[in-house]
Amino acid sequence: MASNENTESKTYLPAGMPAPEPTRDGLDREFWEAAKRHELVVQKCNSCGTFQFAPEWICHKCHTLDLKWHRVSGAGRIYSWERVWHPAHPALKSACPYIVVVVELPDAANVRMVGNLLGNPKIDVAFDAEVEAIFEDHPEGFTLIQWQIAPR
Amino acid sequence: MSEFTIKDKTAIAGLGETQYYKRGAAPVSEFRLALEAIQRAADDAGIPVTAIDGIASYSNDRNDSIRVATALGLPELRFTNMFWGGGGGGGSGAIGNAAAAIVAGFATCVVVYRALAQGQFGRFGATPSMRTISGPIAYTWPYGMSTPAQWIALRTRRFMYDHHITQDPLAAIAMACYHHAQSNPRAIMYGRPLTRQAYDDSRWIVEPFHLYDCCLENDGAAAVIVTSADRARDLKQKPVYIMASAQGSDFRQGAAAENGPDYATSNFKTLAPRLYAMAGIEPRDVDVAQVYENFTGAVMTSIVEHGFCRPDEVMDFCTFENLTAPNGKLPINTSGGNLAECYMHGLELIIEAARQVRGTSTCQVKDAEISMVVSGPMVAPVSDLILRR
Ligand SMILES: [Zn+2]
Repeated sequence: MASNENTESKTYLPAGMPAPEPTRDGLDREFWEAAKRHELVVQKCNSCGTFQFAPEWICHKCHTLDLKWHRVSGAGRIYSWERVWHPAHPALKSACPYIVVVVELPDAANVRMVGNLLGNPKIDVAFDAEVEAIFEDHPEGFTLIQWQIAPR
Repeated sequence: MSEFTIKDKTAIAGLGETQYYKRGAAPVSEFRLALEAIQRAADDAGIPVTAIDGIASYSNDRNDSIRVATALGLPELRFTNMFWGGGGGGGSGAIGNAAAAIVAGFATCVVVYRALAQGQFGRFGATPSMRTISGPIAYTWPYGMSTPAQWIALRTRRFMYDHHITQDPLAAIAMACYHHAQSNPRAIMYGRPLTRQAYDDSRWIVEPFHLYDCCLENDGAAAVIVTSADRARDLKQKPVYIMASAQGSDFRQGAAAENGPDYATSNFKTLAPRLYAMAGIEPRDVDVAQVYENFTGAVMTSIVEHGFCRPDEVMDFCTFENLTAPNGKLPINTSGGNLAECYMHGLELIIEAARQVRGTSTCQVKDAEISMVVSGPMVAPVSDLILRR
């Protein structure tokens, strides 16, 4: 069985995956800090309202440098998905298969995020299925944004 | 015709390849392989290697231009250029840059090369083991989404969903490449035909890609000599004229965490019209195409974006019969390509496109006049190329 069904592990993928750190220039510090507070934030332009993820230093639409972090609800929709069978990273050797999803955020102009779909990795995922963000705290001190099918 | 075009002003005059090896099996260093391929391309053109005065490459080639120029004793290096971006996106663009340098008068004879020895260096398909990561990769790698196979599978899946496409076109593309390799003794997969059953039975790498949907990883080197059309006519080989080349990217295709607005594009929607306009031809004029197969899904979307069929026609168009030489509507990857000949980051595809124009392919398309190359689909930037007799 895949180790992501192992009850000892509280994280979807096993320990040993690369840990995300904010960039040294500070661009995405607030994203990772918010995740630790169990808040999901994306960039929003103070001038024209354009949403951006991943973060940039400038609004790609109106080119102001005046961007802020905007908290979203955590509601998402499956835009694409895949089941990974080949472990590209040594930590994944006993973790396959697992499911990667691309999720659109309808309350942030459908910017997308990548995550895992929690639960049985053998299921077929429906496109456009509604999902919700789950904050997965890791012992190393960072928090990942994961997704699960939203309760009807 | 606009003064600002490279159309028909330059030609491919020389082709050079080392033997192609399985990954890690090259008996000599990567740099030596590069030198051997360049020497062979010069020999093929019938020029001394010291006639080379320009160097263009792509995909962060490790074999520095100045090191190559020094080793070969080039009297005067007049043009040195690297196409940005990884993977195979810059293959056609490097040829285009070589042509542009010649038209601009920067150089007279430019070599484009690529060398790979993965025993000496690392693998492409494996993810480096870093303890912490930052920036764009931090939004994907912790979720086990770190390889080209994984991002191209996600985009292919969406395209298949949007256009009601089954596994069949992907299988047909893989089988066409393997079929062509059976006539090519240089091919790594020569003597190893692929049946649909074997395709279906092969392990998943990442759905919807089986093992056979994914490129090889190999050792070897390839080189192409580009010079002015006038000069090429006086050289040993029949000139392969460079009709057109385009390079670049669509709107915000570099947006991290899968945020390219046109999600499932092969990234040729803005390039293909420019390419055809420069060449002054239409898709129906193309006799044969070499389409970079990092993964079959990106070949499928490239065929669509170069106008050979609409998305809703993929199931009918992308069949084994249509994609195979000599009689298919659009024979692709007639040497076996990245899937079955050798993964030389697509420079071997450019060499095969030139062979088709010369009439020397092992899967020759009858009377092939116009030969296309598509480099690096679903990466950014990408490039493409049209050659003619
Ligand atoms: Zn703005």
